[in-house]
Amino acid sequence: MRRREFLKLAGAATLAGCATRGSAAKARVVVIGAGFGGATAAKYVALWDPGIEVTVVERGTEFISCPISNLVLGGNRTMQDITRGYDGLRKHGVQLVSADALAVDSAKRSVTLADGRTLAYDRLVLSPGIDFLYGDIAGYQGAEPRVLHAWKAGPQTVELRRQLEALPDGGVYVLAVPVAPYRCPPGPYERACQVANYFKRAKPRCKVLVLDANPDVTSKGPLFKRAWQELYPGIIEYHPNAKVVAVDAATMSVRTDFDTVKGDVLNVVPPHRAGDIALRAGVITTSNRWCDVDWRTMESKAVKGIHVLGDATLSAGGMPKSGHMANAHGKVCAAALVELLNGREPNPNPVMTNTCYSFVSDREVIHVASVHQYDATQASIVPVKGAGGVSAARSELEGAYAWSWARNIWADMLA
Amino acid sequence: MTARLVAAALALAAAAAHAQDNAVARSLAATCAACHGTDGRSVTTEVVPLAGLPKEHIVAQMKAFRDGTRPATVMQQLAKGYTDAQIEQLADYFAGRPR
Repeated sequence: MRRREFLKLAGAATLAGCATRGSAAKARVVVIGAGFGGATAAKYVALWDPGIEVTVVERGTEFISCPISNLVLGGNRTMQDITRGYDGLRKHGVQLVSADALAVDSAKRSVTLADGRTLAYDRLVLSPGIDFLYGDIAGYQGAEPRVLHAWKAGPQTVELRRQLEALPDGGVYVLAVPVAPYRCPPGPYERACQVANYFKRAKPRCKVLVLDANPDVTSKGPLFKRAWQELYPGIIEYHPNAKVVAVDAATMSVRTDFDTVKGDVLNVVPPHRAGDIALRAGVITTSNRWCDVDWRTMESKAVKGIHVLGDATLSAGGMPKSGHMANAHGKVCAAALVELLNGREPNPNPVMTNTCYSFVSDREVIHVASVHQYDATQASIVPVKGAGGVSAARSELEGAYAWSWARNIWADMLA
Repeated sequence: MTARLVAAALALAAAAAHAQDNAVARSLAATCAACHGTDGRSVTTEVVPLAGLPKEHIVAQMKAFRDGTRPATVMQQLAKGYTDAQIEQLADYFAGRPR
């Protein structure tokens, strides 16, 4: 990298005086959101440079994982299985602030919390996850909690499971999938498998009706369709190009452009965008939804000194919105922060990997994997051609690897 | 005197370059951590803990995954995403990690 490019990359830090920080003042990194992106970034900054002060702002008191949460809906895992504490982060010297972040002042470099406190930062990391575009589906507001998304693991996961348990044999579960890009591309199809797995076991006359706004299954299509056909014949019914535009909790029905469909459990996932704090921080750059970043540092292309991670980013080509990918974002960001805050040049060629496992039954799993390398000519991070791919077939061996993946990635970000 | 200053400056530059090489290796190794544990210390028994494995062993396994001589579910796909130099770097990093 030429020196001028580096200075441009490091410019904001130099202005804040961090590049030449003395022994007295510790550089301060504030992270908003302790999910797959934020927790990973916080832990790795603390690990790689204990001289940097790291503060994490998180509204939740525990981490609840979206990956594996479909298994809770299927009755194959519990909420306890997918919940982890934040004490591990504290052991790395990370300070945790249990609060809602209200506003970001990028000129003053400070964050205002809901309780009125302010936190000053040299570099801010936003890992805000997603918030929903409820307005895109008529009638959605007010339809909750009868109509749920359960697309953030937590109370809605518990409530949707309760609805499925209360469903009489012969009932219909409707799952509406938004147009891509959305969080966790294979997630809806795994969810269809998990709910069908439960129905097959507990109430075999029930049906799963998938209304997909996309023209086809967006991830691992042939593998999912084979599982549906072989494991759940007559249970899962799949409709492509079926975008849900309205819901009615009174009649328990959803409307697509062509049809009105009734169901007993309505699981409608609205389209989403970067979480609210990204909007308030002014880092949303694209379609009023996503945040474009410099993939070498994860720094926002809109606001200097703010780095954005995870599902909130404008995904690079071939990059899914996944927990594993957010974990990779967190590490590239942490490495860049350590170099920038020490007045050094960040790695100009970051590498990221992704492996998404999906449970098609209680034990059998399929995956999609990719490796992404930075390409200076495209000024983006791109999937390596010839690398990556999907499972040859579903297997219990991959089921063991998938559960191992979950425990290791949770430890990698939190322990 | 000047020669000494130059030598000191060169030593500093070399140290900085080494620190940066190490940072790059550390970041490459971190791409393995989501499945194999932070610094290659897995909390499960299903995957190989990479910390402290001999460098030559890691390089040989990665190349065996890549050319298909060691069958796998996912590693044959991931190993193809790294260059030879990157495999050397991450293997070197893991070899130097305590188990």
